[in-house]
Amino acid sequence: MGEELPADLIPSLEAKALEIRRDVIRMTYWAGSGHPGGSLSVTDLLTALVFHELRIDPQRPDAPDRDRLVLSKGHAAPALYAALALRGFLPREELRTLRKLGSRLQGHVDRGKLPAIEAATGCLGQGVGMAVGMALDARLAGRTNRVYAVLGDGECQAGPTWEALMAGGHYKLENLVVLLDRNGYETDGSTEAILGIEPIADKFRAFRFHTIEIDGHDFRQILHALETARATASGPTAIVARTVKGKGVSFMENTHVWHGKAPSKAEAERALIELGIPDTQVAL
Amino acid sequence: MTEPRKPESLRDAYGKALVEIGERDPHVVVFDADLSGSTRTMLFGQKFPTRFFNVGVMEPTMMSMAAGMSLGGRAVFASTFAVFAAGQAYNFVRQSICYNHANVKVVATHGGLLVGGDGGTHQMVEDLGLMRGLPGMTVIVPADAPTTRAATFAVHERDGPAYVRLTRENLPTVTDGSFAIGKAAELRAGGDLTIVAVGALVARALEVAEELAQVGISTRVLDLASVKPFDEPALLRAARDTGAILVLEEHSVLTGVGALVASTTSENYPVPVRRVGVPDVFGESGDPWALLDRYGMSKERIRDEAWELLKLRGKAT
Repeated sequence: MGEELPADLIPSLEAKALEIRRDVIRMTYWAGSGHPGGSLSVTDLLTALVFHELRIDPQRPDAPDRDRLVLSKGHAAPALYAALALRGFLPREELRTLRKLGSRLQGHVDRGKLPAIEAATGCLGQGVGMAVGMALDARLAGRTNRVYAVLGDGECQAGPTWEALMAGGHYKLENLVVLLDRNGYETDGSTEAILGIEPIADKFRAFRFHTIEIDGHDFRQILHALETARATASGPTAIVARTVKGKGVSFMENTHVWHGKAPSKAEAERALIELGIPDTQVAL
Repeated sequence: MTEPRKPESLRDAYGKALVEIGERDPHVVVFDADLSGSTRTMLFGQKFPTRFFNVGVMEPTMMSMAAGMSLGGRAVFASTFAVFAAGQAYNFVRQSICYNHANVKVVATHGGLLVGGDGGTHQMVEDLGLMRGLPGMTVIVPADAPTTRAATFAVHERDGPAYVRLTRENLPTVTDGSFAIGKAAELRAGGDLTIVAVGALVARALEVAEELAQVGISTRVLDLASVKPFDEPALLRAARDTGAILVLEEHSVLTGVGALVASTTSENYPVPVRRVGVPDVFGESGDPWALLDRYGMSKERIRDEAWELLKLRGKAT
């Protein structure tokens, strides 16, 4: 790694990720629907982005030179909302309104409703394309901001994802980073059983992305990969982050069952206990 | 079929207007998907190569890229054939552009049957229904080159998404180019019958109106180039004044302008409405103008429908 990280950085990020995971469980329970599995798998990536990597400021959410984050896997909205709330972009009590009528917290992220949501996503295969457009815009305008697209692995079965990656490689967008939350599962089961996407890192390389494979739950590796991406001037970077679907909640891990299902009260409380909430404070 | 007035290219008018816009708006960007010679965006690309992106055959992602490009504050044009813009890329126009209220102008050429030889795969007759149904979308169908030019400027000046449908064939000039979004152009005054038309069929509407005038029937002709928002007052005035409306469109009668006129009058001022357009079928290869005749939009058919309406109103026997 180029420079030493502050000693407290990684423990601090880990603590924030734990808070976000707890919020994901609470929010999907309160909402009665949502996508906990893919929210828990992407939490560490989003934590690293929102609390360390992105140049974003809750006081200046529209600053033209802010970095852009496009959550292409828009169903992981609970994790992003929780991260943005913790970062000061919205009141944390508003997390209770996820998926409720009139809420700014739509089931899939909705640009214009909340600061720091740069693009509406949810219908898959569109986020990287929008990120490529944003990166081209920044280059054309001479802005130094960077663009980060967070991609799901089921979305790698969608042709337009590859159209967009082909464009990112063609235009040598050094200001673009695509992070793949490679948790191995989509709605109906494992990606490799349904329509295999491996060897996924080779595919990114073939599309002219500088490609880094990491453990997507190891902050040291995540930060190092992001730093490497920033230092890569020749073109775009893909970070293939191997993650665990449902990470942090034993009964949600490594299964597709919790892709799009909310926990019951008992399940949510069990999950929160696993996430370190004391028995006495767990009641929802 | 002989066209009475000098036909001009709508696509050329679009390409030239884009160049003018490029000169006065240094931020405007244009996308195309490997059809820049046909759509004429190449004219812009030659003049402003750094602001022109030919992304190859990937219409869906072109729409997402155009949306992403616009969200930083630019006006962006994206062009390809109508079947790709509204069909292939539909959900990308829907989510990336319209849902984000992105400032992207989708200018689609080769709308309708007048594509001719390429055949039914490429003859887009459902696009107006698809695009009109998108919340926040402005939809324009110019009838001639001057309206194309004016509409290109108009959508550039209006913030938000727009869909402009152009015809491949050259079309005679029928307007004075004084197009405005939301306004219908009354091209001919009349009190016995109204013909509402869009695109290539506006010229046929005027020809039939002229023929009817020879036998003493006075026909009002409205060019409804601004399909959304559309000029509801002008349409209802026509319903009140003439009591019958014939609609002409080179589009499926199920979801196009005829459906719009019928539902609007039905709710506000019911009068007999008849729709001339493409029935519920795909097209086929053929001479462009012969296709219009073959698929129910011949001048004879238009005339017959006009007489049917006049009979219904007791103005003919």
